[in-house]
This record gives sequence, structure tokens and C-alpha cells, in this order.
Amino acid sequence: MGTLGSKIQQVLNEPGCATNQAKPSEERKKGCNKLLTPGAAAGGCAFDGAKIALQPITDVAHLIHGPIGCEGHSWDARGSKSSGPLLYRTSFTTAMNEQDIIFGGEKHLYQAIKEIVNKHNPPAVFVYQTCVPAMIGDDLEAVCKAAAKKCGKPVIPINVPGFAGSKNLGNKLAGEALLDYVIGTEEPEETTPYDINIIGEYNLLGEQWQIKPLLDELGIRILASISGDARYHQIACSHRARAAMMVCSKALINVARKMEERYGIPFFEGSFYGIGDTSDSLRKLARLLVERGAPAELLERTEALIEREEARAWREIAPYKKRLAGKRVLLFTGGVKSWSVVSALQEIGLIITGTSVKKSTPDDKVRIKELIRVDAHMYENLKPREMYQMLKEAKADIMLSGGRTQFVALKAKVPWLDINQERHHAYAGYVGMVQLIREVDKALSNPIWEQVRRIAPWESAKAENALQLHIA
Amino acid sequence: MAKVVVTQKRCTVNPLKMSQSIGAALAFMGVHNAMPLLHGSQGCTSFGLVLFVRHFREAIPMQTTAMSEVATVLGGFENVEQALVNIAERSKPAFVGICTTGISEIKGDDLQGFMKMIRATHSELDSIALVDVSTPDFEGAFQDGWAAAVTRMIEELVEVPLLITHPSKQINVLPGCHLTPGDIDKLRNIIEDFGLDPIFLPDLSGSLDGHIPDEFTPTTMGGITVEQIRKLGSSSYTIAIGEQMRGAAITLEHRTGVPYRLFERLTGLAANDELMSFLSGISRVSVPQKYRRQRSQLIDAMLDGHFYFGGKRVALAAEPDLLSAMALWLCEMGCEIQAAVTTTQSPALERISTEEIVLGDLEDLEMRAAGADLIVTHSHGRQAAERLGIPLFRIGMPVFDRLGANHQVTVGYQGTRDLIFSVGNIFLASAHEPTPETWMPPGDNAQPFASSVMQ
Repeated sequence: MGTLGSKIQQVLNEPGCATNQAKPSEERKKGCNKLLTPGAAAGGCAFDGAKIALQPITDVAHLIHGPIGCEGHSWDARGSKSSGPLLYRTSFTTAMNEQDIIFGGEKHLYQAIKEIVNKHNPPAVFVYQTCVPAMIGDDLEAVCKAAAKKCGKPVIPINVPGFAGSKNLGNKLAGEALLDYVIGTEEPEETTPYDINIIGEYNLLGEQWQIKPLLDELGIRILASISGDARYHQIACSHRARAAMMVCSKALINVARKMEERYGIPFFEGSFYGIGDTSDSLRKLARLLVERGAPAELLERTEALIEREEARAWREIAPYKKRLAGKRVLLFTGGVKSWSVVSALQEIGLIITGTSVKKSTPDDKVRIKELIRVDAHMYENLKPREMYQMLKEAKADIMLSGGRTQFVALKAKVPWLDINQERHHAYAGYVGMVQLIREVDKALSNPIWEQVRRIAPWESAKAENALQLHIA
Repeated sequence: MAKVVVTQKRCTVNPLKMSQSIGAALAFMGVHNAMPLLHGSQGCTSFGLVLFVRHFREAIPMQTTAMSEVATVLGGFENVEQALVNIAERSKPAFVGICTTGISEIKGDDLQGFMKMIRATHSELDSIALVDVSTPDFEGAFQDGWAAAVTRMIEELVEVPLLITHPSKQINVLPGCHLTPGDIDKLRNIIEDFGLDPIFLPDLSGSLDGHIPDEFTPTTMGGITVEQIRKLGSSSYTIAIGEQMRGAAITLEHRTGVPYRLFERLTGLAANDELMSFLSGISRVSVPQKYRRQRSQLIDAMLDGHFYFGGKRVALAAEPDLLSAMALWLCEMGCEIQAAVTTTQSPALERISTEEIVLGDLEDLEMRAAGADLIVTHSHGRQAAERLGIPLFRIGMPVFDRLGANHQVTVGYQGTRDLIFSVGNIFLASAHEPTPETWMPPGDNAQPFASSVMQ
């Protein structure tokens, strides 16, 4: 536990995180690991976060060391797509039983690893520690070391018991495991001046494939994606990239920063959500590569591609302007980065009438104010019941949010679109933004809304009778 | 009679099983204005909650004591206390059901002791019914947790009747976790048609049937009320459905003297004949015309459908009661059970006619399913079905890649009739068209006559 404790301290006090650095030094050490309130908590645990960050690696076996509650409820649930291997969708767990609790689960774990290697011979086995084995003192690192020696292949310990903290912490601990055991352990067959890493992108719904054609056209090669549609070998070789982009969230900022420190790979924080943000990201990628020695003509080619793609995207969005202008949107989303979609929504005339700022920092709030031109309500902590009431009173035409509030909107009979990770449509890049507008239009224009809001005939008859009685 | 074997593997691959903790949590969701609380790390709740949301397509009330590492080591009293106080303040429930998890069990947190201490100092909780249940996720499975939660609700809440009451029309029904909200609705109709007044513990048909409520609450909207649970002792009979509910039915009988009748299943002609006779017997109402008609429709469906079921080999994976209901019905339609995999021990398994039943996972199913005509399991069977090229009929929980899981009905004459149509249509759709090669003799003679002459 000692090593886990110091690891947690380390990732929480992340110098690369601007939010953390803005705090006074005492606060800084506490990091972003908020103390949870029993009975009023929502969200996943550290193990959940680690699996989100690493499970998209497609060709390794992901083995969860814990009782059935950890893996049995959550496997094959995320929409990370693969262009090849499918082993990542097979679930492996020790499903610890009472025997393991009494005698320790180390032997069980060791044998499980051997079984996996014998059956599937994957390039590596990733082993996730959960609360119960951490509690009874199973030495994850030692078992992985012994198994690696026996099997002759990497067995990566990922020490993320759920009670260590939040999903976000789990993301970071997963990143640490890559830094400690994977990155830099293999060499690529060849390198080019156009090699990049994309960090913190998980290829949900195949979103990476909305970007990859653009990079392909520019001749930019994704040496490693950490970890969407990744292969183990790619991540092991990722220290040879020339530049890196940290996508969207700060979840894996420790990976980006430490790779810069250790291997001199410069990185920037960018987003592929929104037309402007996609262009910015492509520009920054090209510039970083040129700074590191790629031919300067890449910049011109990038600008040409941006101009062409932006024009195409706006051309495709244009027909929706007339249909969507003036519609009021309630936007409830966690990360400030999802704000990159706001400009696209506003560009075609949608009005943001309200938004939550629960998870936003003071800086974020300023930025949100700048972004929203019209005077919108910013809600600190809107309870589902109040949200429902607002929607019932028709204060918005559509709500864009994550799965947690889906039913608040639907039960209020208000169109709803999922813009969080569980969503069903890919919204990255230029094509993705066109897709988002199309989905907003589809949601708003569906003929069910008028039907489901209609009062049942007997209800309206009752109302009429009551009215007549009143008149009489 | 089947032999139950435990898989010898050390690594569970593609789990079939889910934990006791969330089985209990789901049972608590069948109580009106309830909030299930998992005593564990926040991930225990979050994973279960997401799973239920995907299955039911409904908002799911479920909270956590949010145990940290330190709290886990020192004991969770304060977390349980805080959680209850916070839930009472924020959600104003009538009922909180507290389920343990692996970590709180290993630590040995004494929930019943906790409850006493918390009750003594927090009068604001006086109006809230509290029930705790031990549901370690390192033993047993989902249906064990469900059954344990129902038993605990009976022990904690049901009032012992003071004197033997006059014959009541009220009937208790203890449904196993394999019954959907749709099943419960159907069963309620059937029992009511005999002039009886059924109350279900738990009653998911009130809370998770997918309906549009008049307002939005953070707790369950619908289900059996705490008051109704207290009065289970004034019923004249208890009907338990599925072997898993036997313990709860016995507990209720011991406590209140209400006799019980256990129905192993309510799928199939004979099973429903038994139910009808029983209801007719206790109510002294002859079987209504409606059900005579439905019985006749089921028989017709069996006649029309048996062509497509006869001789078909089916690979099944489900919890014991669901497995047994489906397997017995499939056999009654002429199918053979090629493979059967389940999650936990149960006397229900003994009745299934197949060589062996594996306590295992979906890899065990996949290894035994090759060549079968149909796979029957929950949505996680989709990868195996795809790899083997065998159609999948989704049943149980979770079903996250099809609509309407909460209204899939398999009970009653009508439910069985519709099940024949659903499964029969899969057999029909996957029938192979004959080709010139279909009847080619095997082995050396496989070459067509013409081509062997040409050579």
C-alpha cells in the first residue's frame, strides 16, 4: 500500500495541471481527489477509471483481480472500437471466492495469468487490482513479476483499488502503469518526422476514424494512440514520437508531461470536438512537427486542408440553419472541453438558455460567459427534480447532456441528445460536427413529440367538463 | 437428472454471473419510495447503477457509502451513518435497503449493530424503514442476493398478526428475480381475475415498468409500500415463484402462519394448469373463460410451433431458476439441451434433463455450444453467438442491446404462447435453404458423379 500511497500523492500533485497549480501549496497536495460524501456520491471508482483509460488497447488481455462485482457488472460495456484485434472485448477475471479471501488470492491470480497466456498468447497481460485483494494484502506487483518471468511476456500490474479514489485518479494511475512498465520498452520498425502520439483518446464509436483520414492525407502518422484502437507494441514504442496531442480531458496529463520530460516529446492540449477546435489542433500538430524537423511545407498543406474541410462542413451544416435557428438548448455537461461544440451550435442559430457550472473552475466560468453571447442561466447545482420542472415548463426545446440526466428530459417529454461518453454517435472532427447538427435536428423534428405530449382524450374531456361545471 | 459440475478453470472468462449486492439492490427497488444503498466503494454502486440503467432504460435510484481506503480499514460506521443522514435529507425516502459488498464483509462491519446505534441518535430517521442484508460479492450470485433481501425485509418489517384474521382475499406473491415487470403485471391480472387481491414483494412492475410519472423523484416511483409489507401477515396465502424464493416463503410462514405454495416456474402448459387449479381452489372461482381461451390458444401455438422446435439443440446460460424454467419449457417443446451453464447452486437444477450443468461462465457456454441451433442467455452472449454463427435469444439480465427487456413476458398461457412465437421465429428465420450439395453423400463419394467421370 505504501507504494500506492506515494503514487497517488505524486499524480495528485501534478505540475502539468493548471487547475492544480493555481491552488495554494497546501491545497495543491490534496490534488483533485475530492472527499466523497456518503449517500450523495455519483460516479465511478479508481478501477473504473483505469479500465476506461486502458481497456481500449485492443490486443492485450485485461484481467481483473477481484470478486465478481468489479468485472461482472461492467464488461463489454464501453464503445471503444478496434480496427483489428478483438481480445480486449473478452473479459477476464479471477472472480475471487471465499477460499481466496481466507488463503489469499495470489496463487489464483498467478494461475489465471498462465491460463490466459496459454489460451490466447497475447502480447501482454494487464492485471487490475481491486479493493478486496488490496485489503487482504495480495501483492499484485510480485505476482505479475513472477508470472512475467514464467510466461516470458509482459504482465503489467495496474494498482487501482476502487477505494483509492475517483475515476479521474484511476485514469492517472493507469497512465503511471504505462509509464512505469510499457512506454519505451520496445522500438518501432521505422520512424518518420511525422510521427505523433495522441493521448487520452479512446476511439469511442470509432471517433478516431473521423480524424485519421485527415492525418493520413497530411502524411501524419499516429505512432501510438493512448489508447484508442491501440496495439501493445505501438504504446511500447511511443517514446519515439516527435510530438504529442493530449486530447480533451486532463485525465492523462501525467503521461503527456512525463513523456515530454523523459523523451523530449513536446505536447499540446487540444480537442477534435468543434470545427474551430479541430482546425486549431491540426495546425498545432503540424507546427510542433515542423519545429521538430519535419519539412515546413506541411504547414501549407495543413492550411489548405483546413480551408477545404471547414468550407465543406459549413456547407453541409447550412441547410439546418433555417430549421434550427432560435431553438433553445439546455446544456448540461461536465468538462469545459465539450464547450467546443457550443460555437457550432450557436453558429447555426441555436440559443443556449442554461447550463451547469457544477464542475467548472472560476476560469471555466469566465470562458463560458465569453462563449455564450446571450444571457444564459448558469446553474451551480441543479437537482434532477428542478431540472425536470424547468423542462416541464418548456423552458427549453432540447437538452444536451450525459446519460445520468437522460430520463429527466425524456420523462418531461423533451427531446434529448447524449453528448457524453455513452453516446451513440461519433462527433469528432469536421464530419462529426455535421453529424451532431444532424442529430440535433433529428431529435427536434421527430414526430413523436407532438404525439406524446397530447393529453389523453378522457383527460381533456374531464378538463372540459370541469370547465363547463365552472361556467355553469 | 443433470449432474452439476464446477468449472476447473482458474480464470473466469466472459462472466455470466453478477453479484449478490446488486441482486439485493434490485429487490429493494421493488419497494415504493425506496433508496438502495451499497455499503462499499463508490464503484460498487456506479457499476450496478449503469448496468440497471442500460437494462431498464430508466433512472435508477442507488447510493453508496463511498468507502475510502482508510474508512475500510477503520470500519464503516461513520460512512453508513452519514449516508443515511444524507439520503434522508436529500431524497426523503420511506425505505432504505442497505447491502454489504466484499470489502464491508471482509472488514466485518456489523450492520445490525450499526442500525441500532444510528437509530438511537438520529430521530430524523424514525419515519424511514431500514433493512440491511449481507451480500458479499465473493460468494453466491445475483439471485441469492435478491432472495436474501426479500427474506430480510420479511424479518424486519412484517408484523406478526395478533390473532387469526378472517379469510382474506389478499394473496402474497414472492416473485424470483427472473420475473420481469411485464411478468408481474401479467400475473397480477391473472390472480385478480379470480377475485383475489395480490400484493407482490418486491413489485418491480410499479417502479421499473417504464412509465411516465407525474413528477420526478430521486427514489423509486411505485412498488409495494412499507405499510403493505407490514401487513403481509394478513394474507390468506403466499405464492412463491422460483426455488430461490422458498426461503423467504418459509420465513414468512414461520413469522405469520400464512401457508405458502411454491411454483417452480410459470412457463409452459402444465405449469400454468397448476397455477390455474391452485387459484381456482383457493378462491373457489372456476377458471374464467378468458383463460380457457388462452389455454386453447397456447395449445394451438404448440401444435403450430412444434415442427420448428422438435430436435433442435439449445445452449443455455442463466441463473438457476430462469435456466430451469427455460430448459424445462424447451424440452417440453421437443428441444434438446446441448449445454447448460449457471451461476450458483440450486435444487432447481436437478430437474433439468441434460447430462451436466456447469457452474461457470460464457466461455464454458461457448466451448459447449458449437453446432447448437440456438443460444439462450443475456446480452453478453452476443460475442459468442457471433463467433459461432448461432442465433441468440436474449433473456435474463442484462439485456442492453434490445428494447423492451422489462416487458418480456414468459409467464401464463399467453406469455408461453408468445414465447413460442418469438423463439420459433428465430428457428424459422435461420432455417437453411436446400442447395444441390445439401444431400451430397459424405466421405469419398462426396464428388458429384459427373465430375468424377470427367476425371
